[in-house]
Amino acid sequence: MSGPVICVRDLRVSFGRGASLIHAVDGVSFDVAEGEVFGLVGESGCGKSTILRAISGLNTEWTGSATIAGRPVAHRRDPTMARIVQMVFQDPYGSLHPKHTVETALMEPIRIHGLDSGARRIDRVLTEVGLSPAFRYRYPHQLSGGQRQRVAIARALILEPRVLLLDEPTSALDVSVQAEILNLLSDIKRMEKLTYVLVSHDFGVIAHMCDRVAVMNHGMMLEELTVEDLMEGRMRHDYTRDLYEASAGYSRRLQTRADEADAAA
Amino acid sequence: MTAEVRTGAPAHGGLRAWLLAETVTSPAQARAQKLYLGWRRFASNPLALIGLGIVVMLILLAIFAPLVATYDPFAQSLERRLLPPSGAHWLGTDELGRDIWSRIAYGARITLMIVLLVALIAAPLGLLIGTVAGYLGGWVDVALMRLVDVFLSFPGLILALAFVAALGSGLENAIIAIALTAWPPIARLARAETLTVRRADYIAAVRLAGASDLRIIVRHIMPICIPSVIIRITLNMAGIILTAAGLGFLGLGAQPPSPEWGAMLSTGRAYMLGSWWLAAMPGIAILVVSLGFNLLGDALRDVLDPRAS
Amino acid sequence: MSEPILTVDGLSVSFRSPQGVVQAVRGISFTVGREKVGIVGESGSGKSMTGRAILKLTPPSAQVSARVLRFRDIDLAKADERAMRAIRGDRIGMILQDPKFALNPVQTVGRQIAEAFRIHRSASGAEAKDRTLAMLEAVKIRNPRRVFDLYPHEVSGGMGQRIMIAMMLIPEPDLLIADEPTSALDVTVRLSVLRILDELVSDRGLGLIFISHDLNLVATFCDRVLIMYAGRIVESLPAIELHRAQHPYTRGLLESLPRINERRERLPVLTRDPAWLTA
Repeated sequence: MSGPVICVRDLRVSFGRGASLIHAVDGVSFDVAEGEVFGLVGESGCGKSTILRAISGLNTEWTGSATIAGRPVAHRRDPTMARIVQMVFQDPYGSLHPKHTVETALMEPIRIHGLDSGARRIDRVLTEVGLSPAFRYRYPHQLSGGQRQRVAIARALILEPRVLLLDEPTSALDVSVQAEILNLLSDIKRMEKLTYVLVSHDFGVIAHMCDRVAVMNHGMMLEELTVEDLMEGRMRHDYTRDLYEASAGYSRRLQTRADEADAAA
Repeated sequence: MTAEVRTGAPAHGGLRAWLLAETVTSPAQARAQKLYLGWRRFASNPLALIGLGIVVMLILLAIFAPLVATYDPFAQSLERRLLPPSGAHWLGTDELGRDIWSRIAYGARITLMIVLLVALIAAPLGLLIGTVAGYLGGWVDVALMRLVDVFLSFPGLILALAFVAALGSGLENAIIAIALTAWPPIARLARAETLTVRRADYIAAVRLAGASDLRIIVRHIMPICIPSVIIRITLNMAGIILTAAGLGFLGLGAQPPSPEWGAMLSTGRAYMLGSWWLAAMPGIAILVVSLGFNLLGDALRDVLDPRAS
Repeated sequence: MSEPILTVDGLSVSFRSPQGVVQAVRGISFTVGREKVGIVGESGSGKSMTGRAILKLTPPSAQVSARVLRFRDIDLAKADERAMRAIRGDRIGMILQDPKFALNPVQTVGRQIAEAFRIHRSASGAEAKDRTLAMLEAVKIRNPRRVFDLYPHEVSGGMGQRIMIAMMLIPEPDLLIADEPTSALDVTVRLSVLRILDELVSDRGLGLIFISHDLNLVATFCDRVLIMYAGRIVESLPAIELHRAQHPYTRGLLESLPRINERRERLPVLTRDPAWLTA
């Protein structure tokens, strides 16, 4: 494994201005090695998804530096990055165009980049995500949540990128479907030699998928843990421990610090 | 929350099975299935069928005007002027002895032409301006929407009158004038629709695939807006017909002796007390066709509106 | 748990669609006493439809039938819309996933809670306000007077759900139906909301039906768990014994959950047995 595939330094994203200025991401730096699965965990509004939108190029308003596969991420739209980094979104109901069939959705990136043998590529990615070619002519409303997420993964794979950004890819799915999608993501990573950045609020998913995880709160990275540290509960910050314990389910005795913070709000 | 388990699917064969099949084998079948389910929803509404029936009748009347007309619509005959409806003249004759039924039949062509041309000019124009403004935002949005505001601040007929006054009277200019007043509400609608989808994940996905703004607008945003634009323009048809009739009535639209319904109504007005049918017959025609488009538009909204399904 | 608050026997809900009749709930039976009963299942299992059917809040296209649907001494199956309106909110409360949709956006939360009290109890405005402030305190809101005058968009998700709990509990119902009440909340906020719900339900001796997709949560929060699959209750067992579940569906669900303290190469995938549909 050579140097890092993703290298982010002092990334800052803010929204609004004046009194309502919000630092959604407040000086974040991290590296992701080739073939690694890097997790970003935290509660809603902690800035984890904002990081993905910045380094993918969806949001161009940010400062700091980011390189992916040796290429600096530009502060304007850059179509050539499409073949290096792709993204899978959280909501499988909102990430497919309601009026496009599966084939149209998969053909679109091929047309944009003027690639040849589109039909063969579509067959290949559909097989790869475990959908039969019969799904080509379905509309999204004719698919289940898991099937839609498979199509979304196929769309992300069709340009053969090196990095996949996964934004809560299973949090809208049923438990049994989540298992299928997580297995699929593991298989694809091995076969295509991909690097993942996985955003999730679920410690179970993070522990299952990731090699390393960064815990985020209020736009900042609190700490970085290896998956072994996470599994054995070796964390430094109380906040991380709260999240960790909360993920085990409800307990009458457990009194979290967030309780007080929330009540004071 | 929907259940996936189905029981007792009726065992009809052939076309219906193909249209409801779970496994789709071609793009044509996928489209046909979508149309079929839409049609079923449409056909379950009796008012929708009445509206569709009226519009189809208007189209048939326009196409087959020479066959259904019992007289030449322009043939004058002074000894048969102002005859009431009878077996020979179904809807009576006008002040120059022309057969009113034949004139209404030929007038359907004019009405249909106005409606089609206005729709073909206003809908794409409004759709383009609205989606561009909504997607690009910023100063483009501000500039385009202020332009829309200027157009919307005048009542349609007044604005059309102003355009006709500038362009000169006549049917072609009337159509252009009406189209110029019909696009702003459509642009505003398309912009509102665009604003709701521009942040959708499927737009983000196609941006990540490297698509240009133009491609995103034309291939991804416009298909979302088209159903509501079609609904809007269909509902506006009634207004367009009335505006066209109004221009004809004021002598600024179609010129005599052309059998435009508004112009017929206008001349009929002078004979209203003695010969009511001169004004009533074209008036009824305008009313029925406006009603038909309104019913059709309402029904299309039920079928096409994505929020309903 | 002497006499049940709610008795359901043979409840079915079905819909007509162009493709045929869809059975959302297929003849399920259960009872609820002064306890927390969890209904767990995946989407399409009919768990939400069950909750709605008890309150007769199913969509107009749904056909609902039951041999017995009894709440206390009231036969819900025979109750008309007027009778149901008197029961809803007053004797059976319902909490939905997103409080934003359940609260009126142009009225302060305090007025809405007071209104919920005054509809069912003839009380003066001052008395209703006092009761509302006490209720807001009961759901652990620190500064009830300030929150009383807030509008729904001014409160956070966790606060909103506590306000919903306050609004539902103020007429002192006997039964509370909570449909995914904490799914939209962050984990730490979720626990504090659950703790409040837990305390109030135990203190007041209510019955609670807790509908959720989250096995872990239901297992740790409820007393008893019903597992639904394709409109049927496939298994019913005490929550603390959930890990000893017998039914292959329940076992499969538990197995397929990623675990924080154990790394498995692949997650076992649930294979659905058609026999579960009839068993």
